[in-house]
Amino acid sequence: MTDILAQDYLLEARQMQALSFVVHIPLVCFGIAFPALVLFVEWRYLRTGDELYRTLARRWSKVLVALFAAGVVTGTILSFELGLLWPNFTATFGEVFGLGFAIEGFSFFLEAIFIGIYVYGWDRLSPRAHFLSGLPIAVAGVVGSFMVIAVNGWMNHPEGFTFENGRVTSSNAARALFGNSYFWHEFIHMYVAGFIVTGFVIAAAYAVYALRGRWGRYERTAFAVPMTAAAVASPVQLLVGDWAAREVAKNQPVKLAAMEGLGQTTKGAALHVVGWYQNGEVVWGLGIPKLLSLLAFHDINSTVQGLDTVPLEDQPPVNVVRYAFQSMVGAGTIMALVAVLFLYLRWRKGTLPASPWFYRAVVLCGPLSIVALLAGWITTEVGRQPWVVYGFMRTEQAVTGASGIPVGYGALAAVYLGLVIAVGWVLVRLSRVPMAEPPDDRIDTVHPLSHVE
Amino acid sequence: MALQTIPAAVVVIGLILYTLLAGADFGAGVWQLSAGGGEHGRRIRDHAHHANAPVWEANHVWLILVITVLWTAYPSVFGAIFSTLAIPIFLAALGIIGRGTSYALQNAANARQRRYIDLSFAAASIVTPYMLGSVIGAIASGRVPPGNALGAEVGSWTSATSILAGLLAVATGAFLAAVFLAADAERLREPDLVESFRGRALLAGVVAGGLAVGGLFVVRADAPRLFDGLTSGWGLVPVVVSGVAGLVSMALVVLRRFTQARLSAALAVAAVIIGWAVAQRPYLLPTTVTIEDAAANDTTMIALIVSLAVGAVVLFPSLVLLFRLTLAGRFDPTSQGPAPVPGGPVTRERRKHAAQTGIGFLITGVVLLTIAEPAVAHIFGLIFLGIAMFAGFRAVGPVELASRPAPEVAGRSLRELLRRPR
Repeated sequence: MTDILAQDYLLEARQMQALSFVVHIPLVCFGIAFPALVLFVEWRYLRTGDELYRTLARRWSKVLVALFAAGVVTGTILSFELGLLWPNFTATFGEVFGLGFAIEGFSFFLEAIFIGIYVYGWDRLSPRAHFLSGLPIAVAGVVGSFMVIAVNGWMNHPEGFTFENGRVTSSNAARALFGNSYFWHEFIHMYVAGFIVTGFVIAAAYAVYALRGRWGRYERTAFAVPMTAAAVASPVQLLVGDWAAREVAKNQPVKLAAMEGLGQTTKGAALHVVGWYQNGEVVWGLGIPKLLSLLAFHDINSTVQGLDTVPLEDQPPVNVVRYAFQSMVGAGTIMALVAVLFLYLRWRKGTLPASPWFYRAVVLCGPLSIVALLAGWITTEVGRQPWVVYGFMRTEQAVTGASGIPVGYGALAAVYLGLVIAVGWVLVRLSRVPMAEPPDDRIDTVHPLSHVE
Repeated sequence: MALQTIPAAVVVIGLILYTLLAGADFGAGVWQLSAGGGEHGRRIRDHAHHANAPVWEANHVWLILVITVLWTAYPSVFGAIFSTLAIPIFLAALGIIGRGTSYALQNAANARQRRYIDLSFAAASIVTPYMLGSVIGAIASGRVPPGNALGAEVGSWTSATSILAGLLAVATGAFLAAVFLAADAERLREPDLVESFRGRALLAGVVAGGLAVGGLFVVRADAPRLFDGLTSGWGLVPVVVSGVAGLVSMALVVLRRFTQARLSAALAVAAVIIGWAVAQRPYLLPTTVTIEDAAANDTTMIALIVSLAVGAVVLFPSLVLLFRLTLAGRFDPTSQGPAPVPGGPVTRERRKHAAQTGIGFLITGVVLLTIAEPAVAHIFGLIFLGIAMFAGFRAVGPVELASRPAPEVAGRSLRELLRRPR
C-alpha cells in the first residue's frame, strides 16, 4: 500500500489542502467562540429584559448562521479531500484516526440541528426555551474541534497502533486519539485562539462604527463584549503558547528546530529573531544567546536538538515554518499589548477608550488575529513535513494517483474566492439592515440599576 | 461477523436518510429552477426555500456521517472509491459549496439578487445528486477496483448504470420534494401551492417510476450481476416493496392525502437503496472486496459501534425535536410564539471581587504552567488560567461598561496628521 506513486502534482495537492484549511479554520473559531458570546448577550436579555440585548443577540445569530453555512460546506470539502487527495492516508490509517471524525460528525449534527432551532426559533419559542436551544451549539462547536484536533495531534505524534509492512495490524483508536499526550496543547491553544479571533474580528467591525461616529449604546455593547473576550484571552494565549512550544520541544524536536532555524544540535542554544535560514544557520538574524535553551527546557545550558539529527530529506522547509512561527508570535504579542492596554484603561478610567488610535489598533487586530491563526497552523502542519503521519507515512505515499489535481485546485480556488466574496457581502449587508426598533439609548429608564457597581 | 457488518448497515441507513432528507432538499432546488416567473413562481420558490432553511444543515450531515463511518470501518474501500471516482465526487463537492453559499446569501439578498442566487442554487441542486448517484452506479456496477485510483477515471462513472443512477437520484429527489412541499403547503393553507406541488409530484413520480422500471433493463445489459441480485432471492423483496409503495404514494397524491403520501413515497425511495445493498452483499466493491476483506480491526469496530450507539442516543431525540417543531409549523413565517416576557430588574451585580480573583488565579496559573515542571502542575495551571479569564471577563463587565455614557471617539484623523507637516 505504501509504494511511492508517480504523482507529479504533490505540491499542488498540498496547496489545495492548505487553501481548504485557510478558508475553513477562521470559521471554526467562530464555531468555538461566537455561540458563547451570542448566548451571553441573550442571557443578559433574560436577566434584564432590556430589548437592546435581544436585538443584538438576534442580529448576531444571523451572522452566526451565515458563517455556519460557510463552515458546513468548507468542512465537507475537507472531509472529501481526505479521500480525493490523500486516499492512501485514509485507506491505511482510517481505522486508527477515523473514530475522531465519526464523533465529530455527531457533534456537527447537533450543531446543525440546534442552529436551525435557535435561529428560526426567535419569537416562536419561549425566551427560556430559545436560550436553552442555543447551549448545544456552543458545546458541539467545542466538541467537534476537539475531535478534529485529536486527529491532528495523532498525525503529529502517532501512537496507539502497530504497523507492519505498510499496514496497520492492530490499533486502539481511543488510546491513539485521546490517550495522546501531544494534542492537549494544540487543542487549548486553538480554543483560546477561537476567542481571540472571534473577539477581535467582531470588535474590529464595531471599532469601524466608533471611528465613523456611530457610538450609541448598541454599538458600544456590541464592541465591548467581543473586545473583552479577546482582551482576557490574548495575554493568556502567550502563556499557553509558551507551554505549547515546550511540549513541541519535548515531543517533536525536529519541528522545534525548524521553528527556530537551529541547524546543529546545540548546548545553550541562542534564539534568533527574523533573519533567514541557509546552510544550517540563521543569517542576518538578531540572536539572543542561550534564550532558546532557557525557553525550551528552562535551563540555559540544556541541549536543544538541531535539524542535523534527521537526514535532509526528512527535514521540513525551514524558512516557511520559521517565518510562520515568527509571524504568529509577533501578531500574538501585538494583540496581547492591545488587550492589556484595554484592560488598563478599563481599570484606570472605568470607561471605554476615547482615542481613535485605540480603535484603529483594534481594526488592525481583526485581520492580525486571522494572520496569527493561519501562521500557527502553517507552523504545525508544514513543520510536520515531509510526513503526513509523523515517522510512518510521507505525503508522497499518501497522495492520490488520480490526475487532474491542478484543474481541481484551480476550480476550488475560484469557487472559494466566490465563497469568501459572498460571505463578505452577506456580512456587510447584514450590518446595514436598518434596525426594526432603534434600541433605546436612555438607559436610566430601561435599565435603572446598571450604574450600580 | 456482526461486528464487521453493523457499520455497513449504518452506512446504508445513513445513505437512506440522506437520500430522503437531503434528497428532498435537492428536489426543492429543482422546483425552484422550474418555478417560472411572476408572482406565482416567486411564491413557489419562497415556499421551497422556507421549508428547507431550518433543516438543510442537519439533513446534509447524514452524508458526513456516511463518509466518516466508511473511512473508519472500511478504510481501503473509502480510498478506492474516492481516488477512482475523484471527478464526480469533486463535482458533487462543488455543488455542495454552491448550495451552502446560496443559503448563506439568501438571508441578505433582495428580490432581484435572490433570482440569481436561486439559479445557482438550483444548478447545484441538480449537479450534486446526479454526481452522487453516478458514484453509486459506478460502485454497484463493479467499476471501482481496490487500490489508489486504479479504475477508469471517466469511464467508471459514465456507464449506463451510472447515468441511470444519477438521473434516478435527481428524479426521486424531485418527487419527494414535491410530495413533502404539497403537505407543507396544505398545513400553511395555501390551496394554489398545494395544487402546484400536487401536479409536480405526479409528474416527477411518473418520471422516477419510469426510470426505475426502465432502469432494470439498463442494469440487465450493463451490470448483469446487479440485475441478478435485484431480481432473485432477498433482493426481489425491496424491489417489489418499492414498486408497490411508489404506486400507493401516487394514488395518495391523486387523492390529496399528502401526509400518508409522504410516508409511502419515502418507503418507495428507501427500498431502492435497500435493494441495491441487498443485491450487492457481501461485496462492498463488487466483485473484488467483501465487507470482511475491508473491515478494520475489531478494536476499532467496537469503539466505532459504541460511539455510534451513544451518538444515536443524543442525536435522535434532537432530530425528533427539530422535525416536530418544523412539521408542526413552528418555524413557518406566519407562526407566532409567546410574547417576550421582560425579566426582572438586576438588583445587584456580584462582581466586586472579580478583578482580585482574576489576578490571583492568573498569578497562580503562571507559576504552575510556566515555571513549574511536572505535568500535573500544568493541568492545574491551565485550569487556573481558565478561571482567570472567566473572572477577568466578569471584572471588565462589558455590558455595564457599555451602558455608561461614553465620550465620543474623537481625535485627529490619520489624514490630518499626515497633512500637518506641510
